[in-house]
Amino acid sequence: MSLVEEYDAGHVSPSACPACAVAPSAERLAQMSQPSHARLMLSLPTAHCAACMSTVENGLQALPGVQSARVNLTLRRVSVDAAPDVTAASLIPVLAGLGYEAHELDPGLLSATETDKQGRDLLMRLGVAGFAMMNVMLLSVAVWSGAGDATRDLFHWISAAIALPTVVFAGQPFFKSAWASLRAGRLGMDVPISLALVLASSISLFETFNSGHHAYFDAAVMLTFFLLGGRYLDHRTRAVARSAAEELAALEVPRATRLLDRVEEEVAISALAIGDIVRVRPGGRMPVDGVVTHGTSEVDRSLLTGESLPSMAAPGMAIAAGEINLTGPLLVRVTAAGRDSSLHRMADLVAVAESAKTKHTSLADRAARAYSPLVHILSFAAFGFWMWRTGGDLRYAVNISAAVLIITCPCALGLAVPAVVTAASGRLFRKGLLIKDGTALERLAEVDHVVFDKTGTLTLGTPKPVNLDALPPSVLGVALGLAGASSHPLAMALSKASDIAPAVLSDVQEVPGYGIEGRLDGKLVRLGRAEWVGATPAAQTATYLALGSETHAILFADKLRPGAEVAVAAMKAAGLKLTLLSGDAPAPVVDLAARIGIEDWQAGQLPTEKADFVKALQDAGHKVLMIGDGLNDTAALAQAHVSISPATALDAARTASDIVLLGQDMAPVADALRIAKQSTRRIRENFMLSGGYNVIAVPLALMGLATPLLAALAMSLSSITVSLNALRLR
Amino acid sequence: MEILTILIPVSLLLGGAGLAAFFWALKTKQYDDPQGDAARILKTDYDDRPKS
Repeated sequence: MSLVEEYDAGHVSPSACPACAVAPSAERLAQMSQPSHARLMLSLPTAHCAACMSTVENGLQALPGVQSARVNLTLRRVSVDAAPDVTAASLIPVLAGLGYEAHELDPGLLSATETDKQGRDLLMRLGVAGFAMMNVMLLSVAVWSGAGDATRDLFHWISAAIALPTVVFAGQPFFKSAWASLRAGRLGMDVPISLALVLASSISLFETFNSGHHAYFDAAVMLTFFLLGGRYLDHRTRAVARSAAEELAALEVPRATRLLDRVEEEVAISALAIGDIVRVRPGGRMPVDGVVTHGTSEVDRSLLTGESLPSMAAPGMAIAAGEINLTGPLLVRVTAAGRDSSLHRMADLVAVAESAKTKHTSLADRAARAYSPLVHILSFAAFGFWMWRTGGDLRYAVNISAAVLIITCPCALGLAVPAVVTAASGRLFRKGLLIKDGTALERLAEVDHVVFDKTGTLTLGTPKPVNLDALPPSVLGVALGLAGASSHPLAMALSKASDIAPAVLSDVQEVPGYGIEGRLDGKLVRLGRAEWVGATPAAQTATYLALGSETHAILFADKLRPGAEVAVAAMKAAGLKLTLLSGDAPAPVVDLAARIGIEDWQAGQLPTEKADFVKALQDAGHKVLMIGDGLNDTAALAQAHVSISPATALDAARTASDIVLLGQDMAPVADALRIAKQSTRRIRENFMLSGGYNVIAVPLALMGLATPLLAALAMSLSSITVSLNALRLR
Repeated sequence: MEILTILIPVSLLLGGAGLAAFFWALKTKQYDDPQGDAARILKTDYDDRPKS
């Protein structure tokens, strides 16, 4: 076997090589043929109305170099065709001027959602099945209401001419997946579906040949139509989630500024090599692991470790990818890039945790596993019984066994789950929650223990000064005067927090990594780190003001995420156990736990400790919901039964979690728990409803009393009831 | 009953025309932005000539 493969590989490679050689030149040709054309994609999260579309489109089209701009309101995006010298960076301020927040999207990452081929394909098949269903039903009604002999035969023949090509074309998704599951040695839901389609079509054709009374063409196409409807709903839920998830990923255009012979150039992160020098501006995220060579600054490593206190960065100090540079520009020598960087090592940790996670069997899978064998046994039993009873009347026995298969066919079952999941995830999407995985709702409904991360999850990661009232206004004025000169998060929070007029200072300058200094009436004043101003550091996040010899501490607390209290209270009321796990120092953790009302907390947690904690809970039989945003939570997110991360989380954390919180508000998480419980209940109800129809119709079919009219009625009634039941979700 | 020879082809033809229209709409990407299209007809910046 391996010999053959080797031979094949060797055989193929020479013929594949010319194609490889041709591809780049073809690419270059394509670039040369259209040099005056570039397509830019921007995300417009706040666009929502007709006026928004006109404003954005007209505003962009008025710019020189822009050929056309078109807003897609469903995806909240604008695509711009423009001359190559127009960049997304130059369009963003224009849109900001028009009043719209815009972000550049990486078009390469979005290509998959641009043309949703699979969805269009399913919709096309659905259209064909719908057309065939209407026409065949029209003809069938005439037969059921008593058309006789030649007319009935003619109608059956016309039905056959419509139905058979339809089943062959529109039923392909079922045939393919049934074949795949049979080859894997399983009996999926698609096996009885395909069997019913094939059997119904061939029996009906046979009956039509022999001018029989009953033909099931209408049942075959109706089955195809309803099941395709379920399949399409299922696909769309997943496509919406995928496109939104892709958009989140595409927001981070992976570029770095490389310094080569004193010349700056923008390169992709993947192009960086060890030893390169990279410039990181204040506010920028570290693209690689490295060592600082020039500049001093402070870095925020809360996404990696959960620490809320910024730490110092000076020449010779190591920094890790994912940290955010706060105050001064830094030059960094790359020590590890791409695969070897700490970001990637963390991603490997996630892969390990995910493979260890026991795969969840969805309700639909469990239903199919019980249902498929039962259906087949019933149908074969009916065949055997009637063969024996009629003394070998093959035609009659096959007819009855086909009728059993058609009536039991999981038409409603195929709709039962997708209809509920679509309704639930649509409702949650409007509330600002993105369900990435179809079974996430089922898993969320089983949760009995919730584990929170602190920084960036329960808090926003934006500090707020807490003791301004304790400071005399004159002192505060000096602090504000200094803070106004810096873009450090603490300084900006301070400037925003008070409306006292800032003192007039001279010679104000920022000392990156330390703070801001200036002169008040010739006297030196400083605002910054404790050791720099000569103060004793406090236990919590703080900045220190030096006025001559006296020092003042301005304390900060992390701002609570809006809705966090509501969500925590709702979870407590629902009887869930709550735990707060943070990588931060004990003092801020105790403070937050008390403020929000979580009794069980642990501080100073390492990433592996978080994952182990979740694992220990799971081993004890608990179902854990993990809510976190940082790299240090990623392994725990992957380990947990179900996980949620905010949209501001790192890419790796979002990938590891099942649900993404799109807005800032955390209150929807409580709704999600409620809706998840409700939707699982609806799914079970739907199974019972469609089972109920079978309990009535199957005995009739077994007794040989089933007619095509009865089959059509049972099928459409049960499909409509389960769809309506799904819509009851509130 | 001879009327059937006209009515059945007519009904199939009309249904087929509907199906063809659906295919055309699908192929020309008219289902890509349902929300935008719903809002676009409410735009107030009218013009009286077709877009060149």
